[in-house]
Amino acid sequence: MTELEAGRADRLAPVRSVAVLQRYRDVLIALVAFAVLASLPLFTGSKALLDFVIRCSAYGLFATSLNLLVGYTGLTSFGHGMFFGLGAYSFGLIMQKLGLPIPVAFVATLAITALIAAVIGAICVRLKEIYFAFVTLAFQMLIHSTILSWASFTGGDQGLRGGIPRPAFLGINLANHVHLYIASCALLVLGLLAMRQIAQSPFGYTLRMIRDNAARASFLGIDVWRVKLTVFVLAALFASMGGMVMALFVSGAYPEFAYWTISGEGIFINMLGGVSTFLGPMVGTVLLLLLNDTVTRFTEYHGIVLGVVILFFALGLRKGLLDFVAEWFSHRHDAGEGR
Amino acid sequence: MLEIRNLAKSFGGVKATNDVTLDFPDGSLTAVIGPNGAGKSTFFNLITGALKPDSGQVLLDGVDLAGRSPPEIVRHGIGRAFQVASIFKSLTVQETMLAAVSADQRSSAVLHKRFPLPETRDRAEHVMELLGLAGKRNRTAATLSHGDQKLLDIALALVLEPKVLLLDEPTAGMGPEERWRMIDKVRELWETQKITVVFIEHDMDIVFKIAPKIVVLCYGRILATGTPDEIRNDSAVIEAYLGTEHAGAAA
Repeated sequence: MTELEAGRADRLAPVRSVAVLQRYRDVLIALVAFAVLASLPLFTGSKALLDFVIRCSAYGLFATSLNLLVGYTGLTSFGHGMFFGLGAYSFGLIMQKLGLPIPVAFVATLAITALIAAVIGAICVRLKEIYFAFVTLAFQMLIHSTILSWASFTGGDQGLRGGIPRPAFLGINLANHVHLYIASCALLVLGLLAMRQIAQSPFGYTLRMIRDNAARASFLGIDVWRVKLTVFVLAALFASMGGMVMALFVSGAYPEFAYWTISGEGIFINMLGGVSTFLGPMVGTVLLLLLNDTVTRFTEYHGIVLGVVILFFALGLRKGLLDFVAEWFSHRHDAGEGR
Repeated sequence: MLEIRNLAKSFGGVKATNDVTLDFPDGSLTAVIGPNGAGKSTFFNLITGALKPDSGQVLLDGVDLAGRSPPEIVRHGIGRAFQVASIFKSLTVQETMLAAVSADQRSSAVLHKRFPLPETRDRAEHVMELLGLAGKRNRTAATLSHGDQKLLDIALALVLEPKVLLLDEPTAGMGPEERWRMIDKVRELWETQKITVVFIEHDMDIVFKIAPKIVVLCYGRILATGTPDEIRNDSAVIEAYLGTEHAGAAA
């Protein structure tokens, strides 16, 4: 080894271990978060609080998966909610009609979602920017109207009524509120951990390259279309997971789950929390649900209040809450280093 | 060896590239010059797959690449840098290099490991050293100076270890001193990396000084090819491009 190479190895070693350390750190954070969430029922009997966390799990999975498209790849989908609805309906229908064990229905729903997302994605990801947004919205409306008009199968505008059977498996009884709560937390934490891994993998950096400059990425030998389709399907899977949590929570599935407003809320959440950090959408989810719950208690004009809040973030801060915090920290960090 | 055979491309009625046939031997350094609208950038776009030629061949070591997609052509060994630095503005210099090596090693779709992969480091490091960007490894690309962004763009092409490197105006938008530094860098890369380099350049002083071979394009056609001396004394070139000013200066 020449002196030059030796010097190079010195500089490279720490960087390599940083990547490994980061992974352990993420797993550790996930474990701590899960432990905290899972121990919550020990300290509080508040059903409302646990319900709030379950809803946060459903929406958090959905919103974070949307951020894989919007924040990491630069694909602004206005129809991502279709996979939330698809997850809820597929899962509900499989449980009602076939009565399979829950884990089997879970995996089957993911498989169905992947298939449909691959077909829809193959059409959408060829389009750019606003055209992509519009066509995803169009597919969302297509799925929504299919649910409405295929009443014999989906229950039409009444939704899947009569409850979703929740047979116990492996000692887990999702009909029990605490069991359902802990299962939701587990799905949330596992889902976030998986998405974090995607974001920090070589694939995640390929997404960033495409977001910044897709043409340049293709001149590096990257098949942009294939990458976009892959992330479209992956994001759909996590949105579908969110939909399943929701279906389990309300023990049903309703056309609103597949309506465009769900996609709109996903975009809202991302604007609130911020798209430049991984946990931004999670923060946004908690914010939006909190706002929803508190504001609706005080006024029937909650739409106006939410609108004002969104305007404040969009026009005032020009970024989401966590973007703002992250920027503030990095400024302080830079100032501390005297750079 | 890169061989261009009867390459043609029209936009509407305009022949942007008109029956161009050229050879670029392995390890050669060639400058492409020509007045604005001569079809220089189109010529590069046809070779790299950004545009599909109407007819003709682009042979790299005997394999016809004409009409293939940019990723395919890159994988065959033709890399390019752009007139306006084409970079990833939110990535740091180091991330840019590592991600590019990942792409070249076909690990850009790997999901289960953390970025960066250990096997991408050496090449990324090597090219950062080569272009003098190692000291700025943690700078976000958007915050680099114009010159460094151009270097990063070239580094992106170079890190793929291409057989042929096409540089579209490496000195575009630079001041006189910076131009010379950049072009010295290009020449140094050509000498040390033993690759075929073709570059577009507007500054005649630079072209005549460093390019052993020059191709003059005009209205999509090859007006002349040859050494700097041959080009300087070519009457067609003087008339069409250099004009009387240069002829006068030379006299």
